[in-house]
Amino acid sequence: MPVLNGRELRIVGFLCNWCSYGGADTAGVARFDQPTDLRIIRVPCSGRIDPLFIAKAFMNGADGVLVSGCHPRDCHYSEGNYYARRRLEVFKQFITVLGIEPERFEYTWVSASEGQRWQEVVTKFTDQVHALGPMAPIPEVALSKLAQTEGTDLRTAITEEA
Amino acid sequence: MMLDQLKETIKTALPELDFVMGWTTGYDPLHATPLYMYEPDDVDQLIWGPLNVHNLAVHLPALRHKKVGIVVKGCDSRSVVELLQENLIDRENVVIFGAPCNGVVDMTKIRKAVPDAHFARSVETADNSLTITTDKDTHTLSLAEVMADKCTRCRFPNAVEADHFVGEKRIPAVETDPYADLESFESQGFAERRDFWMAEMDRCIRCYACRNACPLCVCRDHCVAQSREPHWVSQRDGVRDKFMFQVIHAIHMAGRCTECGECERACPMDIPVLLLKRKLGNVIHDLFDYDAGLDAEARPPLLAFKLEEDSIKEKDW
Ligand code: SF4
Ligand code: SF4
Ligand code: SF4
Repeated sequence: MPVLNGRELRIVGFLCNWCSYGGADTAGVARFDQPTDLRIIRVPCSGRIDPLFIAKAFMNGADGVLVSGCHPRDCHYSEGNYYARRRLEVFKQFITVLGIEPERFEYTWVSASEGQRWQEVVTKFTDQVHALGPMAPIPEVALSKLAQTEGTDLRTAITEEA
Repeated sequence: MMLDQLKETIKTALPELDFVMGWTTGYDPLHATPLYMYEPDDVDQLIWGPLNVHNLAVHLPALRHKKVGIVVKGCDSRSVVELLQENLIDRENVVIFGAPCNGVVDMTKIRKAVPDAHFARSVETADNSLTITTDKDTHTLSLAEVMADKCTRCRFPNAVEADHFVGEKRIPAVETDPYADLESFESQGFAERRDFWMAEMDRCIRCYACRNACPLCVCRDHCVAQSREPHWVSQRDGVRDKFMFQVIHAIHMAGRCTECGECERACPMDIPVLLLKRKLGNVIHDLFDYDAGLDAEARPPLLAFKLEEDSIKEKDW
């Protein structure tokens, strides 16, 4: 099922080099069916994920972001994912105040051998983001200028830009 | 009275110090301005009361190698403690003067209550009120009605750390932060919250006063907002870059922000940026039972972990 509901969404995945990237590879080698909405960015460790990477992805139009690293106790660098877990949890709870649904962001742990688990995670997460639909874009242009030229008020400009 | 006692205490300590920071009357009687006291005569200009809005702790990191005194309100003292905890200043080089605080004014509220406040000729402050005389009129306002929001929920009106504390300790307004503002904001749907920020951020003029007034924004010339490599935010005037900047400021404050409110007070566009930081403060409080700026020896929660986290419920897929 490559394209859900006939439309792909933009989902960004930050995957740890040592576990989850391997896990995704294992899933691919085993030819497990996966949704194709996810675009993977390989990082050295989930501890390398600055929550601002995720924020930036949303600002630039991602509809969902998934972070996946090694299971706790399995980190290649011993403790990277423990620090990541705290940061990512704080960030997940923070984004609600920005008006971003918390379901648009998840973090999880998948090891290199867990191809099956990767398939499950990526499928469930993609379904979850599809349930919310695309995220309204965050405008790059000054809304007030847009409103002036179009002769509309600011509220309308926001909705229209969206 | 208390102010005289405070002045005496500062004068006694002054010979050992390069200078002491406090507040004095600024360009008009309504606006206080920072005061640098080098000589006993300077100390006589010190004022204390609801107009002392600035958090002077913002200057401490740059003065690290001087021996300075600082007069603090309760909330300011938490910034000092946070700076100590992060090893950005040295305890032996700072002398803290504290006094009980009754709250400070919010200039935006004053401007709303007194439209001609820009022409204030004189201001008299009493314990619970303030009388502003302008060219046209005299207005008496109760402090409660023009007080900064942070003061209505103040938990630490007395300095949490002080070398010299003058006056009777005041009883805090509340014991725990009610976070009612946040709750009411989040009672709206996600789309409404986003629209709210889009409209607010559209008004932002990117002056970065919110950053410069923040005592814990210490990267200064190395702020990621100004870095070209990597280029986190562009020079465009759309909401995207401005929103991103606020997210950067908030995230860089996670577990550190004491909710002193300087970012919001300094904003010339009245953008409620403190709300973002209060959200983080609330999350960190709930997850790690931690409040910034109370204990200089504490381990910041984001620089620590537990093998099994008690309060983090991960998704079970
Ligand atoms: S928050 Fe508390 S200590 Fe700070 S100005 Fe208000 S009343 Fe004073
Ligand atoms: S972010 Fe705002 S409230 Fe927090 S420490 Fe900085 S100025 Fe104070
Ligand atoms: S102080 Fe206000 S207007 Fe200036 S950059 Fe910050 S949010 Fe924008």
